[in-house]
Amino acid sequence: MLGRAANGVYWMSRYLERAENTARLIDVGFHLALTRGNRQSQDEEWKSVLTTTGQLEDYCQKHSDFSGTQVFNYLLREKDNPGSVLAMVENARTNARVVRTSLTNSVWETTNEGWMNLRELLSRPVRETSLGEVLTQIRRTGTLVRGALEGTMLRNEVFNFSRIGTFIERADNTARILDVKYYVLLPSTAWVGSSLDNVQWDTLLRSVAGNRAYSWLNAGSMDPRGIARFLILDGQFPRSLIFCYDKIRSNMAGLAKEYGREVSAHQLLRDAGAKLHQITIEEIFEGGLHEYLQAFISKTIEIGSAIAADYRFSE
Amino acid sequence: MSDTGAANFDEMLNRDGTVRPAYADFRQWFDGQDTAWLRRQDAEAERFFRRIGITFNVYGDDAGEERLIPFDMIPRIITAREWRKLTRGIEQRVRALNAFLQDLYHRQEIIRSGRLPIEALRNNEAFLSQMIGFTPPGGVYTHIVGIDLVRTGDDEFMVLEDNARTPSGVSYMLENRETMMAMFPELFTRIPVRPVSDYPRRLARSLRACAPPAHTGSGRPVVAVLTPGIYNSAYFEHAFLADQMGAELVEGSDLRVMDGRVCMRTTTGYKAIDVIYRRVDDDYLDPLTFNPNSALGVAGIFDVYRSGGVTIANAPGTGIADDKAIYSYMPEIVEFYTGEKPILQNVPTWRCSEADSLGHVLDNLSDLVVKEVHGSGGYGMLIGPTSSKKELADFEAKLRAKPANYIAQPTLSLSTVPIFTKEGLAPRHVDLRPFVLVSPNGIDITPGGLTRVALKKGSLVVNSSQGGGTKDSWVLDE
Repeated sequence: MLGRAANGVYWMSRYLERAENTARLIDVGFHLALTRGNRQSQDEEWKSVLTTTGQLEDYCQKHSDFSGTQVFNYLLREKDNPGSVLAMVENARTNARVVRTSLTNSVWETTNEGWMNLRELLSRPVRETSLGEVLTQIRRTGTLVRGALEGTMLRNEVFNFSRIGTFIERADNTARILDVKYYVLLPSTAWVGSSLDNVQWDTLLRSVAGNRAYSWLNAGSMDPRGIARFLILDGQFPRSLIFCYDKIRSNMAGLAKEYGREVSAHQLLRDAGAKLHQITIEEIFEGGLHEYLQAFISKTIEIGSAIAADYRFSE
Repeated sequence: MSDTGAANFDEMLNRDGTVRPAYADFRQWFDGQDTAWLRRQDAEAERFFRRIGITFNVYGDDAGEERLIPFDMIPRIITAREWRKLTRGIEQRVRALNAFLQDLYHRQEIIRSGRLPIEALRNNEAFLSQMIGFTPPGGVYTHIVGIDLVRTGDDEFMVLEDNARTPSGVSYMLENRETMMAMFPELFTRIPVRPVSDYPRRLARSLRACAPPAHTGSGRPVVAVLTPGIYNSAYFEHAFLADQMGAELVEGSDLRVMDGRVCMRTTTGYKAIDVIYRRVDDDYLDPLTFNPNSALGVAGIFDVYRSGGVTIANAPGTGIADDKAIYSYMPEIVEFYTGEKPILQNVPTWRCSEADSLGHVLDNLSDLVVKEVHGSGGYGMLIGPTSSKKELADFEAKLRAKPANYIAQPTLSLSTVPIFTKEGLAPRHVDLRPFVLVSPNGIDITPGGLTRVALKKGSLVVNSSQGGGTKDSWVLDE
């Protein structure tokens, strides 16, 4: 397939994944702000959401107020925010349009319809009462497109590039969410064991749609180390770092098989994957959770760039 | 453009209001349907088009604004007998067009014989001197042709325009049929309509048959569709055709010239292309040969073409054959190359470059349609009968300043076919663009084509850029 087309399906999937994760962060921010009595700590929650999506700086250049409505409208639909959910879904759809010939009708139509629905929903400012519906629609778009890919696409290079995009983005997002909140998992605050910690931990898990799964696996008891292990090293959880890397490796293996040769990204992934499988949560905490996550984020970027270069995404 | 008041030919109804045989079965079915249900289906069709993204971009609108070409659910029906005659006429015309191009870029016998004045070529940008002395693979210049026909009477079809560059609209022909079949499947079990759905396969086969001979030994020729990109008004069609043919959809930035071939950048390296179905204008094809500022083409592609490394469809320089100044000579051209009288007539045309004609045109401006010789899409034309005094005066000034830029034609009494409106069936003017494929194996005409319809009452302008719509076009089986 064309390098430009591979780039297109890869980014289409990345944008949809990112839009979905942003929706989830807004959801969590909204719930958390509701549980906070005073305005100042509500603002702090929204700031933290902006930090996680990497948009705090841009936001501060345009707004000085951190009210929920202001922040989520910025994140969802503000016109000159290139990182808004609407812009991302539009990017995903534009990429899908560029590579339309590589997609099944079902994948294209789902993406196009998702965009049309969201454009309509986001054509007016979102109020608190309609936020839930908007967020559901965003998540549903991602889910439907993934379903259409799963159900209708040939298991070939196009499918593999799309999946690689999804999991590169997801690995990056999970690591960033964890990194912004890593301090709530550190021992210095953990021993306090206050109810505030419990809320913080629950929030963190919710941000990656892992609260139910975690409770289920741990019979409801929460501890910071367990949460970190779950989000980084649990191979069953579809948003953990190790799960994402395993998926990227398997889709990259698919490419190597189809093309009959490996590229430099394969070796990078093999090394990174082996390290993820060997390391324990104790070792991660010993070396510093924040440092570990920073290194992980850089490594993911490096792998993404290697894939783009190896497969000639651009000239 | 609108009716001059003369009663025109309605394709569904006789003058006495009875239904013509071509529409008898359809009308019987239609009269038996619940109008409210038909209305719901009509609305459904629009949603269907939006969802699958059959949209076009209008130049001058905000970038990214995509519009639908309105679809009307009443089919345009052509009988087997009518179609037989049309096919013969179209085939003759397309044969003549290719022979004409071959001649123009070689010995120019038609000019030597005095049948075509040399002035028609001089200063004509559509004539590419770079093509002189070169014969494209298989001797085919116009691989894909669209012949625009209008009907003025029971047995009278005329050619309004030849489209020999990159005619568009074939995706609408296909999607309109798909939509009709999805909305009204029972119609197609009652009425024998000839299928159009294999057009993409025929196109692929036709293009492959034109691959450069030097590269046909190594398996199936590689075909790619070259598009200017997603902001082009016909991008949907480019993607659609590539998809249906199983060809790559490439942009200029995907291509480069390597070792005498045109190659596309794939995930595993550069791969040679044998046939490029380009939807990019001549001028943008190669910055080294044509417009140096073009970012849409491929540097060096023309040299590869001339050395037999790739087939470009349609060939560069075919625009000279559908130039409006040349159009008026088509009857002579057909006769010169086929030795036969033209089966399909031209619309009478005055060449404003000729003093006598110009005088006639200026005297009768308010009754005529005046077109720019190099214009397309209904832009830059004057429709005498509907223009104000000021518009006529302004146009007259332009005409006097550069008469050779214009041709003029009478306002024709175009046929009508009903459309489905809130008030029921209402007649509207139509034209028809059948699509023709040319390869060394012959000329292949898909039974049907694109019917464009003026949606405004009385209007004669069918261009989608000017508010026209489309209909499914049926050719009945014997």
